Amino acid sequence: MGEEMRVSWLPAVAVAVLLGLAGYAALFLAPTEQTMGLIQRIFYFHVPSAWTAFVAFLIVFVANIAYLISRAPKWDWLGVSAAEVGLAFCSAVLVTGPIWAKPVWGIWWTWDARLTSTFVLWVLYVSYLLLRTLVSDAERRAIVSAVFGIFAFLDVPLVYLSIWFWRTQHPQPVIGGGGMDRRMWPPFLLCWAALMGVMVLLLRLRYGLEALRHEVEEMKIDRERRKAIAS
Amino acid sequence: MGMARAATILVAKELRTEFRTRELLNTTIVFVLMVLVLFSFTFDPTAAESRRFGPGLLWLALLFAGALMMPPSFTREQANETLAALRLAPIDPMAILLGKVLANFLFLMLTEAALLPIFAVLYDVSLAPVLGRLLLVFVLGTLGLTTTGTVFSALTSQARMRELLLPLLLLPVLTPVLIAGTEATAGLLADPPNLPRLWLLLLVAFDIVFLTATWVFGEYLLEE
Amino acid sequence: MTFHAGPGLGIEFQQVEKRYGTLFALRGVSLTVGAGEFVALLGPNGSGKTTLLKVAGLLVRPSAGRVIFPDATESNGSTVKGLIGMVAHSTLLYDELTAEENLQLFARLYGLPEAAERVRHSLDAAGLARRSRDLVRTFSRGMRQRLTLARALLAGPGLLLLDEPAAGLDRAGAEWLTETLEGLHAAGCTILMSTHGREETLALVTRAVVLRAGSVIRDSAAGAGLREVLAEVGAEG
Repeated sequence: MGEEMRVSWLPAVAVAVLLGLAGYAALFLAPTEQTMGLIQRIFYFHVPSAWTAFVAFLIVFVANIAYLISRAPKWDWLGVSAAEVGLAFCSAVLVTGPIWAKPVWGIWWTWDARLTSTFVLWVLYVSYLLLRTLVSDAERRAIVSAVFGIFAFLDVPLVYLSIWFWRTQHPQPVIGGGGMDRRMWPPFLLCWAALMGVMVLLLRLRYGLEALRHEVEEMKIDRERRKAIAS
Repeated sequence: MGMARAATILVAKELRTEFRTRELLNTTIVFVLMVLVLFSFTFDPTAAESRRFGPGLLWLALLFAGALMMPPSFTREQANETLAALRLAPIDPMAILLGKVLANFLFLMLTEAALLPIFAVLYDVSLAPVLGRLLLVFVLGTLGLTTTGTVFSALTSQARMRELLLPLLLLPVLTPVLIAGTEATAGLLADPPNLPRLWLLLLVAFDIVFLTATWVFGEYLLEE
Repeated sequence: MTFHAGPGLGIEFQQVEKRYGTLFALRGVSLTVGAGEFVALLGPNGSGKTTLLKVAGLLVRPSAGRVIFPDATESNGSTVKGLIGMVAHSTLLYDELTAEENLQLFARLYGLPEAAERVRHSLDAAGLARRSRDLVRTFSRGMRQRLTLARALLAGPGLLLLDEPAAGLDRAGAEWLTETLEGLHAAGCTILMSTHGREETLALVTRAVVLRAGSVIRDSAAGAGLREVLAEVGAEG
C-alpha cells in the first residue's frame, strides 16, 4: 500500500526527458511565426495546457458519476485529485495567456473568448475545491461535490458557447487565432504528450496521498470499533 | 402517490406559507430595486447608455436576488426539521426537490413581474411591443436560474459559510443564462427589436441540460 | 375520541452500524421487535437511541447492516413509509401554518382518503379542535407535542417511533400521552420509544432495551426480566 506513495523513478525520468525534448522543440525546432515572432512559441504550452486541463476535468466528471453510482470512496479520491491537477494546468493557461497577449496587443487581458471561458472554468473548479473544505462529514462532502462537479462539467460547453457568441456580437482581438502551419503540428503534439505525462504523474501522486489518508482513517475507525468490543 | 401530485401538494404548501407573510417576496423585490438603483450610480444614465447597460443590470440583479432568495427554501425547513417530516412521508424524494424548484420559479417570476414595469420607467423603455417575446426570454432564463439555484441550495444547506458559498457556486454556473438573457433582452429593447434565435436556443439548452441533471442526480442531496 | 392504529408492524435490525467519520453512533446493533411489542429504549445521551430511531424510520441509511420489516411487502420505499409514524426531538411541524393546515398537508402526502374527516378526528383526539385555525407558532410546548403525535398517527401506522416524547410535558400532557399510548398498544400498534426511564409511560412497556455507546448492552427479552432492567436504569438515572 505504501508503494503508491513512492513513485518509481522510471516514469518520472521518462516524463522529464519528454518535457525537455518538447521544450527544445518548441523553442528551437519549431518554425518562427510570421506576425508575432518569438513570443508565439508560448502557444506550444498555452494550448496543450488547456487541453490537458480539459482532460483532467473530464476525469473529474467521470469520477463524480462513478461515485454517485457506486459510493466507493476511491472515486471521490480520483475526483479531488484530478480537480487539483486540472486546476494547476488551468492556471498555467491563464498565466501564459496574458504573457502572450501583452507583447502582441499591448494589453494584458483582452476578454478573448477562449481565455475568458477558461477563467470561468477556473472559478468553477476552485469553487469545487472550496466547497469540499466547507463540508465536514466525509460522505456528505463526497456526495455534494460529486453533484456540483457534474453540474459544473455539464455547464462548461454552455459557458464556452455563450461566451463565444457574446464575443462575436462584440468582437475583440483573438489570442491564438489563425490556422497552424503543417510544421507546427509535431512540436505541438510533442508538447501535449509531455504535459499529459506530467498530468498522469501528478494525478497518481495525489491519488496515492488520498488513498494513504483513507488508510489512516480506517485504522482509526478500526481502533474505535475494537474499543467497544473490549469494554 | 405520483410524483407530480406530491410535488403539486408541496408547491401549494410553499405558496401558502409564503403568501401568509410575503416576507420573501417583499424583501426580494425591494432588494432588486435597490441593486438597480445603486448600479445606476456607477455610470451616467443618459438615454443611449441606459439602453445598453439596462438589460445587463437587470439580469445581474436577478441573479443576485435569486442567489439570496433560494437558500431559504431549505434553511427554513431546518428549524423544526420539517424536511425530515417530508422525507418520512411515502413520496418520492424528487417530489420534494421539484416542489421547491417550482415554488422558487413562481416566486422569482412574481418578482420579475413586479420589477419589469419599474425597470421600464427607470430606463425609459417601452415593453409593450415586445412583451410576448420578452416573457418567453424571462421564463426560460428564470427556469434555468431556479433549477440550478434550488439544487445548489440543497447542496449548501449543511455546509459552513453557506451564505457566501451559494452565490459563489451558483453565479459562475449561470454565466450562459446571464449572457443569453442580457443579449436577448437587449436585442428586444433595441430599435428595431430583434431576437436572435441563437440566444433562445442557448436558454432552452441550458434548461434541458440542468433539468435532466436535476432529475438524475438531485435526489442524492436529500439524504441524511 | 381515540387515534386509529394499523395492524402491528414488526421491525428487525440486522447488524446495523452507523458512523460519521470516525465517530460510531451505532455499532453492529441486532434487534428483533415483534408486532405489537412496546419497547422502551433506554440509555444515556449519545448512546445511539435517536440514531436507531432514525434508521428505523428510514431517514438515515446505515453505514453497514440493514433494517427489514418482515410484515411488509418490501422493506424500502413508499409502502413501508406509509405504515410508520415518528415523533422526533423537533416538532416536524410548520410554524407558519395552522394546526389544521399542517395535518391536511400530511394527510394529503400520505394519500389518505377523506382527508378532511381524518384531520378533524385527529384534532379532536388530540384535544386541539378549538385551536385548529391557529398558527402552530402560537402553541405551547404541550400543545405542539400533541399535534406532533397527531401528525404521526394520521395514517394509522403499524409502527410508532417516539424520541423522548414526554420531554417538556406538564402533568396533564404526560397523562394524555400515557392514555394515548395505552390505547395504541391495546390496538396492537408496535411502539419503539426512547426514554430516560423516569416516566409513567414506562408502566405500559413490555420490553426494555438499554443502549450504551451505540451497542445494546441489556435486553429484557434476553435474560434479565423487565422489572430488573428498569430498576437498574432507574437506579443509575
